[in-house]
Amino acid sequence: MSGYLDGMAVILALNVILAYAVFLPVATGQLNLGGAAFQAVGAYAAAYISTQYGAPLPVILAVSASVSGLIAFVLALSILRTKGVYLVLATFAFAQFVSGVIINVDALGGALGMTVPEHVGGGPIIVIAGVVLVGVMLLMQTRFGLAMRATHDDDTVAELMGIGVRRTRVAAFTLGGVLAGIAGGLYAFYFNFVEVQTFDSLSSIYLLLFVLLGGTQTVWGPLIGAAFFTIVPELFRYVVANMGGASAGQLDTSWRFIILGIITVVMMVARPEGVVTRTGLGRLLGNRRAAPREA
Amino acid sequence: MILVLQQVINGVMLGAVYVTVALAFNLTIGILNFLNFTIPPLFMLTAMVAWASAQYGLPFGLSSPLNWAAALGDGIAVAIAASLVVERMTFRYMKARYGDATEHAIPLVSSLGFLLIIENLVRMAYGTEPHRFTTPFTNMNLRFGGLIVSIPQLFSLVLALAIVFGLSRLLKYTRIGRALRSIAENPDASLLMGVDVGRIVPVVFVLSGLLCGVAGAIFAINYGQVYAGMGNEVGNKAIAGMVLGGLGSIWGAIVGGVIVGVVETLSIHLFGGDTVQAIVWGLLLVALIVRPQGIFGHHAIGKGKL
Repeated sequence: MSGYLDGMAVILALNVILAYAVFLPVATGQLNLGGAAFQAVGAYAAAYISTQYGAPLPVILAVSASVSGLIAFVLALSILRTKGVYLVLATFAFAQFVSGVIINVDALGGALGMTVPEHVGGGPIIVIAGVVLVGVMLLMQTRFGLAMRATHDDDTVAELMGIGVRRTRVAAFTLGGVLAGIAGGLYAFYFNFVEVQTFDSLSSIYLLLFVLLGGTQTVWGPLIGAAFFTIVPELFRYVVANMGGASAGQLDTSWRFIILGIITVVMMVARPEGVVTRTGLGRLLGNRRAAPREA
Repeated sequence: MILVLQQVINGVMLGAVYVTVALAFNLTIGILNFLNFTIPPLFMLTAMVAWASAQYGLPFGLSSPLNWAAALGDGIAVAIAASLVVERMTFRYMKARYGDATEHAIPLVSSLGFLLIIENLVRMAYGTEPHRFTTPFTNMNLRFGGLIVSIPQLFSLVLALAIVFGLSRLLKYTRIGRALRSIAENPDASLLMGVDVGRIVPVVFVLSGLLCGVAGAIFAINYGQVYAGMGNEVGNKAIAGMVLGGLGSIWGAIVGGVIVGVVETLSIHLFGGDTVQAIVWGLLLVALIVRPQGIFGHHAIGKGKL
């Protein structure tokens, strides 16, 4: 495999993990506009531990996942009293706050970023992404997964049926934090450099969009979304570069976002539930039971 | 002491911009329960279009470079037009199909799409570097003892307050205002009572586009500089101000916007420029946890499914 393809596969794997990190809260009906901030927490935790203490990689990864998971837990406990738009605002505020803090802490390199001494190759990252994918799929099959789905579809009814809605939401949010922390740690080890500007509000928006566009009704949605928005822009870049644009750099990233924006607007008009839906998937697999019953 | 006082004055002046943008946010969220993320880019669009018209004139060679006032008018007109386009594409198509929890976020999500589109179109067209926008008022100051108050800033503060006053009168006493308030209360019931919801909703977007435009114009006049990232910077602070003051409350937007402005200038003065982000957003996060409805917010707003 060439270096380029290798790099692409790693970015795809990281995006898949992140997509599931955002998916878990969304699957219980909470929009998370701070995905990149949890990733930042994980990345900086990994970077700090490996420069200061130098533990074995799996240990560092576990610690950075727990740090970001713990922060997600505390945040979820305190802000999940609020709902809807307040939650969106709180995750947004949290993301801004995290990058604001990191810039001011000298031990974390401030605005200059941090070099990470240890390195992880592409192989393990792809394996971990696979494990996350399978893990989330299994999770959605469990009673807890069902509770998440019920909470998403109608929290009042779910509450009446004896599901601890708040508990389910906090747990899903925390798990999302853990996954984002893992993605952050892996990011730090793969690129050997972390910089707070990478994890800005734009990348949080980007993450949320590709999960929502993929579809949040089934576990396949985030995978499709992440794959589409990782691979297609690269193909596009290839085309632009071959057309011979001299100023490909800025132009290319701008175009990428414009196209994502257009796709978002069109999708929200035409198919707001995302590409992959429960009924669509059922029809595709010829599964009669998945088709909606006409009332 | 005089230095701190000066910072407070600067903060209040900066707050005037935040207040105007926060009002735009508040209108859409208070009436339509829609957190409109296109407001920061519209604010930026106004200023950038104004700069471009002052620099190059209208597109397709329709005119020679405009003078500053016409250029600002042009910018505001573009912002209002863009706001109407956003209304067409986001709010109009919002239909409840399944009634689940994230579905009501559809307009929010497509407004994020518009944010990406507008922001990046501007970046591509005009670049990311700051541009100068000169007006005759640059460097006109009043002095009180040791304190400096810039005249355009004072003017914008008065303008912002006048707009807020006008808006609250509009909402309270006019027919349109009553229709808007009834939609805020219950869209279905107001439709049954003969309010033409499809006609009235665009009014909200015209007003919020106008507010963004005015804020962009104020910013361009006061700071003499416009850049593609200003929507992100100022717009996000305006969100902070809106939440602090209380979602959906007009007077809350004023108080919140001014608080954020003052906190910003004071923390730059006391702790340095890098700390602003952490302090403003930390404050907001605490506010959201302790008192999510803000200072003046009505407890019902934003409580429903988004």
